[in-house]
Amino acid sequence: MKEVSYNPQFSRRKFINSLGCLTISFSLLGNAWAEAGPSLLEETLPGSLRHQPRLDAWLEVLSDGRVRVLIGKMELGQGVRTAIAQVAAEELDLSFDQVEVHLAETERTPNEGYTAGSGSMENSAMSVRYAAAFARQQLLEIAAQRWQTQPEQLTMNNGKVTQKGKKQILTFAQLLDGNQLQGEVKLPVKLKAPETYRYVGKAVPRTDIEQMVRAQAIYVQDLRMPGMVHARVVRPPAHGAKLLSFDEQAFAAKVPNLLKTVIDGTFLAVVAADEYQAILARQSALEHARWSDAPPLPGGQDLAGYIRKLPAKSQKVLDRGSTEALDQPDGKTVKASFFKPYQMHGSIGPSCGVALYKDGTLHVWTHSQGIYPFRDGLAKMLGLEPEKVHLIGTPGSGCYGHNGADDAATDAALVAMAMPGTPIRLQWMREDEHAWEPYGSAMGMEAEARLDEHGKISHWRYAVWSDGHSNRPNSQPGNLLAAWYLAKPFPQLTMGYFGGGYRNSEPYYDIPNLRIDAHAFVGPLRVSSLRSLGAYANIFAIESLMDELAEKAQQDPLAFRLAHSTDPRAIAVMKKLEKMIEGEKTAPNEGIGLAFSRYKNVASYCAVAAKVAVDKNSGVVKVRRMWAVLDAGQVINLDGIINQTEGCLIQATSWTLKEEVGFDQQQINTRDWTSYPIIRYTEVPNVEVAVIDHPDLEPLGAGEAAQAPTAAALVNAIYRASGKRIRHLPVKSSDVVG
Amino acid sequence: MEKDVILRVNGKTHTVRVDPVTPLLYVLRNQLELNGPKYGCGIEVCGSCMVLMDGQAVPSCRIPVVEMAGRDIVTLEGLAASDGKLHPVQSAFVKEQAAQCGYCLNGMVMAAVALLGSNKKPDETEIRAGLDRNLCRCGTHTRIIKAVQRAANEF
Repeated sequence: MKEVSYNPQFSRRKFINSLGCLTISFSLLGNAWAEAGPSLLEETLPGSLRHQPRLDAWLEVLSDGRVRVLIGKMELGQGVRTAIAQVAAEELDLSFDQVEVHLAETERTPNEGYTAGSGSMENSAMSVRYAAAFARQQLLEIAAQRWQTQPEQLTMNNGKVTQKGKKQILTFAQLLDGNQLQGEVKLPVKLKAPETYRYVGKAVPRTDIEQMVRAQAIYVQDLRMPGMVHARVVRPPAHGAKLLSFDEQAFAAKVPNLLKTVIDGTFLAVVAADEYQAILARQSALEHARWSDAPPLPGGQDLAGYIRKLPAKSQKVLDRGSTEALDQPDGKTVKASFFKPYQMHGSIGPSCGVALYKDGTLHVWTHSQGIYPFRDGLAKMLGLEPEKVHLIGTPGSGCYGHNGADDAATDAALVAMAMPGTPIRLQWMREDEHAWEPYGSAMGMEAEARLDEHGKISHWRYAVWSDGHSNRPNSQPGNLLAAWYLAKPFPQLTMGYFGGGYRNSEPYYDIPNLRIDAHAFVGPLRVSSLRSLGAYANIFAIESLMDELAEKAQQDPLAFRLAHSTDPRAIAVMKKLEKMIEGEKTAPNEGIGLAFSRYKNVASYCAVAAKVAVDKNSGVVKVRRMWAVLDAGQVINLDGIINQTEGCLIQATSWTLKEEVGFDQQQINTRDWTSYPIIRYTEVPNVEVAVIDHPDLEPLGAGEAAQAPTAAALVNAIYRASGKRIRHLPVKSSDVVG
Repeated sequence: MEKDVILRVNGKTHTVRVDPVTPLLYVLRNQLELNGPKYGCGIEVCGSCMVLMDGQAVPSCRIPVVEMAGRDIVTLEGLAASDGKLHPVQSAFVKEQAAQCGYCLNGMVMAAVALLGSNKKPDETEIRAGLDRNLCRCGTHTRIIKAVQRAANEF
């Protein structure tokens, strides 16, 4: 596939027709036959389906009898396309290759908000499950009417409906006879019994990996269109700096291949037919631009102390019993402060957007994680009606959070609006991504707890200081980077969603007296959602303190955690982890540490162990092995869950041991992989993941669960190996040495 | 400024009219419309733009295209047989499901092919050293190591 052909005149319906899609229609019939045992009925429909209950919004039957599933979620590398196809194939008794999945596109797929928070299985997959099961009921009902029999007399297999003891066969397409499905999914819906599953719970391979190894065009970075030109954005040296002057004449004289310069306030972009000429134009433009000074940054200061002194909006998260006993100076209390720096998403491929403004409609191909809320914000920024902005979700480089995707697409859109009829491909340079993406907030945590005479935790007090954790577009221009710099700017919105700051701030243990406070500050750097939000830092603090308390109580760290746990699923993952590491030997300079958390305290359970070796002379920490046990409820795709969990362990190890955004008093100075190193092959531990499946329970997201306990498992292991408690991330050799 | 540059890529000779200082990466992606090599960092530290140059895995993001004359370049597109059969390394990546987002996969595959070209049975330490120039953000390293081991066994 060399070129992506595209005709912007396509209406949705034409598009469907052109692909030979037959949509289904019939009046909703009585479904008294849809008897279902109470165990198969749910009280309510899954979230996304409640918002969009129309069956044809989720499913289309194609003329060849296959089914297309439409979802509003994006492929981020988590394998959502495969998991969704498994669920649809299961409920409709289709073979796996009879299902295709169409991802996030405005006015084409349901609006499912953001692909975030490990919510794609709980919302999207469950919506597809109910929609597919409902469609199955309707298809059987139509067939029963056609053959004047009862649905119970029919069987459905690989897209064909047959009558018991008879030879007649009807495909889904034949059954529907060119009609359209217009019904809404309504309860009761009879779901397939888990013991009959063909696909759900199995390690069904992702089909897109073969496309990747064959170098097919699957990323937004790979899009090519006739007449497409290349743009680069020219950003100031630092946030808040303004463009004072730009010597366009001198610049143009230096860049003979320039097609266009787009200037709107401080927004500056250059365009050339050839991509490398656009890159050269960007370099030259930087030399011809004069910028004002930016507001100073607290470079060179102790950031851990700095963020705790910022003005903060404080809130009580939880207050149970009394925590006054913690203030008694009787030596039964353990208290410690923790810190996590600003960290990057650090996508390997810098963000990219492709945009075309044609016939009054702006088309944008983007790897945004939320096409509808982004569309609405972009439309407002450009003064267009939302219907005139068409966003096509196209995979990009992995991000696991809000990286530069929306901003690069916004930059491309601004250039496209200035060059109607010309497709614009705008990719950020590496330093654009490193310096301008929204980071995960720096956070400070203070934890203290008291043991009773039996060595059990009687009191716990915890406070967390954090900036917000979601400044995604949220239908507002003020969250789009370029919007702040236009001649008529939209002011930057801050503190979008603070809930992420105290995510997992409550220990998932039985503690009678508990007090948790959260302090929201607006920090010096741009921030937004990074994988697991505040859970990573909060669990780092909580599970470090649990280790210190276990030591004080003279108990085994795992036994100490089990003694404070009553949830059988929490106990099960910890005991399984214990089995996995049983018999693992450690040399004198090695140690094994562990940690546990239940993501968001309502989602997946995860216990992690790490084995490290410490060189006490150099302070070098080598992670030898890691283990994780995960309970994500019902498993949809076993290998997908394992892949995600392995990735969490490795990525969070990189965060914990290596990563910290650096800045001086003027600007970000970690603008490449040398100044912001991430983990490399020679440092990556071998990882082992076990999954506990609960086929009869709801599935829970698995994409972030192991992120949170990893940091604590590592620092607890370092303590065992070296006697050094690390409370300030990332781990520095100077904190380990000696 | 622009001149004709002759390139040998994936067994075919191409003449491209281009600014001769243009790094190979952009010519492969834009003039030859190949998707394998990806822009990642532009300074040869992440490996996502790797190609085989006379059998060695090298980054393509800085090296001027004009210096490629007489060289034999192979991209990800050039690994599979003409009948579409995947190279053992490609096939091993599929079997091990050794990707998440897959953006870095190009460089990983090219580095692995070059490694196995010079060392048919690398041990784990040699595989790690052979891939150490390549960054992955999703954390698929251990799967990729398994894929290279599988490819070595099936080669």
